[in-house]
Amino acid sequence: MNNHSEKAGVLSILFMGLGQLYNKQYFKGFFFALIEIFFIILMLPFTVKSLRGLITLGDTPQKMVNGKIIQGDHSIFLMVFGIISLLVLFIFAVIYVINVKDAFRVGMLRDEGKKPNNIRDSLHVLYDRGFPYLLLTPAAIFTLFLTVLPLIFGIMIAFTNYSSPNHLPPRSLVDWVGFENFINLFKLPSLSRTFFGVALWTVTWAVLATVTTFFVGLFFAVLINSNGIVLKKFWRTIYILPWAVPGFISILIMRNMFNGQFGPINKYLQAIGINPIPWFADPTWAKITCILVNLWFGFPYYMALMSGVITGISKDLYEAASIEGASARQQFWKITLPMVLFATAPLLIMGFAYNFNNFTLIYLLTSGNPTNATYNFAGHTDILLSWLYKLTLEQNQFHMASVVSILIFIVIAIISVINFRNTRSFKEEDMIQ
Amino acid sequence: MSAKGFKGRFVRVFIYILLTLTAITSIYPIIWIIMSSFNPGTALYSTTLIPKKFTLAHYTELFVKKQFGLWYMNTLKIAFFTMLLSVILVVATAYALSQFRFKGRRFGLMTMLVLQAFPGFMTMIAVYLLLLQLNLLDTHLGLILVYSGGAIPGGAWLVKGYFDGIPRSLPEAAKIDGAGNMTIFLKVMMPLSMPILTFIALSNFIAPWMDFILARLVLRSADKKTLAIGLYEMVTGRMNTEFTMFAAGAVMVAIPITILFMFLQKYIIQGLTEGASKS
Repeated sequence: MNNHSEKAGVLSILFMGLGQLYNKQYFKGFFFALIEIFFIILMLPFTVKSLRGLITLGDTPQKMVNGKIIQGDHSIFLMVFGIISLLVLFIFAVIYVINVKDAFRVGMLRDEGKKPNNIRDSLHVLYDRGFPYLLLTPAAIFTLFLTVLPLIFGIMIAFTNYSSPNHLPPRSLVDWVGFENFINLFKLPSLSRTFFGVALWTVTWAVLATVTTFFVGLFFAVLINSNGIVLKKFWRTIYILPWAVPGFISILIMRNMFNGQFGPINKYLQAIGINPIPWFADPTWAKITCILVNLWFGFPYYMALMSGVITGISKDLYEAASIEGASARQQFWKITLPMVLFATAPLLIMGFAYNFNNFTLIYLLTSGNPTNATYNFAGHTDILLSWLYKLTLEQNQFHMASVVSILIFIVIAIISVINFRNTRSFKEEDMIQ
Repeated sequence: MSAKGFKGRFVRVFIYILLTLTAITSIYPIIWIIMSSFNPGTALYSTTLIPKKFTLAHYTELFVKKQFGLWYMNTLKIAFFTMLLSVILVVATAYALSQFRFKGRRFGLMTMLVLQAFPGFMTMIAVYLLLLQLNLLDTHLGLILVYSGGAIPGGAWLVKGYFDGIPRSLPEAAKIDGAGNMTIFLKVMMPLSMPILTFIALSNFIAPWMDFILARLVLRSADKKTLAIGLYEMVTGRMNTEFTMFAAGAVMVAIPITILFMFLQKYIIQGLTEGASKS
């Protein structure tokens, strides 16, 4: 007898809104029904067509008939539309589930002998509960179209042969190739040599760049903040200057300062009788230059942060330590250092992730040069990301670029999950729920 | 704890020498580029640290020979609207995620976390195609939308962390007094979050000044160029014959941004520590 919930649920599965109508919530019912009608009439044909396109990626290539070009299918557009229709389908499915759940829930209320909400109550509940969703909608739309959609697309490319010279639409079609690209990256000697060589340098670079800036920053923060140093603010301000100058400008300045032929650094070295150093021409020196330049405008950031932490440490701690008879050195090792490391250690991981992807520095400073003859489209100082850039925009090797980017993503995703699990925001998440 | 005796004095002198040397290294490139901009020659090899004769010619050349004023206005416009749009998007998202408990919240947080991990231009080909389809390629609007969209995941996490730190009793008390969601946000949360809001606004204002890659991808025509592209093109050619003009341009870009930065330094460091890592 009391089975309104099941009936309403089943009805709303059959067609959106039927369950609500059965629950005598006419306005809501019509609203849901309208969504489904809208979807079937306007979206369904597009969706079906796009999904077919996504599977085939087009079957008629561009042709020349009597000297005229007859447009064929454009695989990449078919793919983009396919993904859009997948997203539309996903949103529709979510609304469908909401509809069924709602019908079922209201049915339950009726089973318990309660009256379902009328239209005014419903709207009130909607406004109250819906407020966060309302706030999130703009960001969700932006993220969906500018981040999620491009990402899905980028990932899918890894499973196609989208590349120059033979598979570039609109002149020719693109096909799905499964895991072939992943296998090739490890199996083809020229590709795997480049990949492992570049990856090794990327990791080396990221570790060295982070560690040098972190510890030099720590060193100067401690120096400046130690007792008996006057003009603390003056030193801090001077050291922060390199960090404050827009990055692309300082990197371009450095590119010229280290110029092997005309740069001032080599001129000064010659003036004091040292042979000019091939800062950018020699592979090892080029790598050292990258790290030096990064140190130059990377350490002030850590110095500023750590200065903040050091000045924030309570004076009582030091006083207590002094009374107990601890020396300055002991105070440093037992109080200052642990406090600073505790507060800044998460930034070390973030710094690694940042440098791992520090495309701007590498590209603007060395452009990945000097070239490496044994590499596939990469130079000695190329990191994975700048290699990716070259593969994409200079060589049109979209398929391989996509494979590499998936691998980069896996590394970075692991790092940031570890990192965020350790931050305050995430820990409090667990406390609240 | 102050250093005493001969050894202490020696250490102190050594520290000051070290501090001075580092200070020189830190500002040398900056002084060098400022000096270069007053140097009469044009190319890198003809510049000396102290110019034999000071000239302002390169500054005028920027506006006469290059469209520096136009680039400046373009960048300013893009930066301003990016800042505006991204602050709205970031703050709304962070507010919802911090102050409300609703279905899909955890999913949303995790999604943002994962999305943040993707390097920006992994999505470049697709963004390019999308903008092409929407007729937004080679427009500033397209660039603004891409920048603002990209600012959401990271920024929202940071601001959310800050909002979480505000005692819940404050918005709850306002709610009891009959304030609506919007009033609570504008009258209670906003004033309490000025440091982090300043940080978000500033970093999204500066980002377009610094960015080079996306701008290069989206903007094609000469009259749409931003400063980063214009300056890059001056000094990466083989001959490097526009070096002093680049120096003048660099000075003109760096000075306002640097001043802004120094002025707001306090907020930036505060924002970084409070949003991300303070425990």
